[in-house]
Amino acid sequence: MYVASTRGRGSVPPSAGSRVPTTVVLLGTVSLLTDVSSEMVTAFLPVYVIFNLQMSYLQLGLLDGIYTGATAVLRLVGGHVSDRIRRPKAVAVAGYGLSAATRLGFPLVGASAGGLGGVLALDRAGKGLRTAPRDALISLSTPADQLGAAFGVHRMMDTVGALIGPLATFAVLTWLTTSPGPIFMISFCFALLGVIVLVFFVREHRFTGPRTAVVFRDALGLLRHRGLRRTTVAAGLLGLATISDAFVFVVLQRASGVSPTLLALMPVGTALTFLVLATPLGRLSDRVGRWRVFFAGHVVLLAVYLLLLGPFDGLALVIVTVALHGVFYAATDGVLMAHGATLVPERLRASGLSIVQTGQALARFASSVGFGVLLTTLPFTAAVLVATGALVAVLVAVVLVIRPEVS
Amino acid sequence: MVEWLGRHRVAVGVASMVIVVIAALVYVVSTVRSERATGSTPGAAVSSGLRFVDNGGGRNLVSDVDPSGVRTSTEMSCLRVYTANGTTVCLRMGLPGAYEAAVYVGEALVRTVPLPGTPSRARVSASGQIVSWTVFVTGDSYLAPGGFSTRTGILNLSTGVLVESLEEFPTVLIEGKPDKRANENYWGVTFTGDDNTFYATLGSSDQTWLVKGNLTNRTVTSVRKDAECPSLSPDETRIAYKKRAGRLGGWRLFVLDLASGTETELPGSDGVDDQAAWLDQNTVAYAKVPRGGKPTIYTSPADGSGTATELIPGASSPSPRD
Repeated sequence: MYVASTRGRGSVPPSAGSRVPTTVVLLGTVSLLTDVSSEMVTAFLPVYVIFNLQMSYLQLGLLDGIYTGATAVLRLVGGHVSDRIRRPKAVAVAGYGLSAATRLGFPLVGASAGGLGGVLALDRAGKGLRTAPRDALISLSTPADQLGAAFGVHRMMDTVGALIGPLATFAVLTWLTTSPGPIFMISFCFALLGVIVLVFFVREHRFTGPRTAVVFRDALGLLRHRGLRRTTVAAGLLGLATISDAFVFVVLQRASGVSPTLLALMPVGTALTFLVLATPLGRLSDRVGRWRVFFAGHVVLLAVYLLLLGPFDGLALVIVTVALHGVFYAATDGVLMAHGATLVPERLRASGLSIVQTGQALARFASSVGFGVLLTTLPFTAAVLVATGALVAVLVAVVLVIRPEVS
Repeated sequence: MVEWLGRHRVAVGVASMVIVVIAALVYVVSTVRSERATGSTPGAAVSSGLRFVDNGGGRNLVSDVDPSGVRTSTEMSCLRVYTANGTTVCLRMGLPGAYEAAVYVGEALVRTVPLPGTPSRARVSASGQIVSWTVFVTGDSYLAPGGFSTRTGILNLSTGVLVESLEEFPTVLIEGKPDKRANENYWGVTFTGDDNTFYATLGSSDQTWLVKGNLTNRTVTSVRKDAECPSLSPDETRIAYKKRAGRLGGWRLFVLDLASGTETELPGSDGVDDQAAWLDQNTVAYAKVPRGGKPTIYTSPADGSGTATELIPGASSPSPRD
């Protein structure tokens, strides 16, 4: 196993301290501001599409689903370019900048399905480009024994932004105006503030050691790295058995028999639990092992599936299930990156992380399409039963066969 | 220059953040001011009078035009509105990212029902006793592939009974056979005069049916294929609905004569996405967004004899005014 060498600059506290590095907090701020921006748009899009543009909702959803899958591959590009030019911050700036610019594209394309799809695709492309170099920067500025905590703090701040975004949209629609211009402008400004924090306050990582050129073959060579390969395969298989949030909530509403109104609150419940637990579970993963916590998170997901199958119902079921769903995210989202960061050397960090992320993103996309198909042909319980079986099979396979913790 | 920037990067960063915030404030304040100052354009006269949502002033205020063309605004702000016999249903945002149906009798708010998604359709029975709405359910993100679904609720004001979703109805017959699929969606309800029978759209897999339902028996039966957002004429002999030109083509409005089964296209309605409203026995109104424009309310002769005429620009959600 490679050990992350994170000889720091002055601002990085010694590893004995429990505070995460300033760079991580600054990157968390960038993500917070960017998430306010993108969640403002996400909260506004349904109303915008139906009332301002009167477009078909379904067509747009399908288009964007396809883009999401396609741009997942851009993570690989972002990761590789970042390693190649040894400037993760520069690539992250390009990604965040592209997404920020798309906010101004919405008023320009108006009610054209292709144009709107294109703007959303560019936004996704920006997200794809920036994710791996950003996570590489987090891992490169953090001592190895605090990686879990650092990613936990970053994901916590990210989620705070995601919760503020819809509130901002609501405030503008209620008290200022219902016309789209100001919403997109305010969203653009939040994204721009994020880019400014990144450009002016976050320092580029200075690589230690001799400069060795990174070529495409090196990135491919990572696939021969046993730990990384096993991690990618295991995370991918677990991703295939992960039901997307929207479906979990729809099934939960039916299984619990509560009012469909609660559907709007379920994602908030998951996000709040995630927000509260991301840092503590990250710290826990630093002590007991990141893969172990990541794996345990999926056991919690299995508990979520079993709760969806009965025999309980009512509000208590909703609260417990949503809380466990949040625990699943807190134990897996940042923790997987913390685990991945320990597997790859500094010079290939962004490429390595992008491989793990892409595998997981593509698997989750495939699972969400597959589960959607299952739902149109099978009753809800049968569809969940299929997913439960798949998750059990993958968990057993990961323990017995793949064993990514052994490298 | 680069060196200076390097030394003062924190100051430059803070200064540019301040500039962005000030620019945003100036833009938003000036936009909102000019919108409020613009006022609403007068509309054409409608013999029956019309209630609608004014999308021009930036506040989505419910407004009325009387038969002489005089336009007045209420203080009610809605995404969708419909009025019949003194009962008004207003679909609006109630909490961040959450919507509600507010039901008014006269000026008084009598009931609010939280909605599980983004408002789409609203309707009140001719007696004013039964209210219905349709919303798009979005889960955490409407972008989730396959995450598209609708919920249609029906509220009986005289009994207080609320059907949160038509999917609760146990008996569904499609072309005579019971439908057992899990993934059913209903949208666009219209009521008959008995306050018990209704028409709606049922979507299942990739097909849509015009269905006829019974509120007391909790049953739904298919009437014909490919007809969405039905709207029953006041004399209950015809139904206006939208129908797709091709599999992924735009919608057009048609009027079906229930007795003869004859379907008549309303010229000029292509690209519509609305539930038509009958202003009288011979006229339907609907909103449509012209290419690159703002939503506009059109009226059309219900027998398809003439093309659509623009009634009120910058407006949507037409409803007869009683």
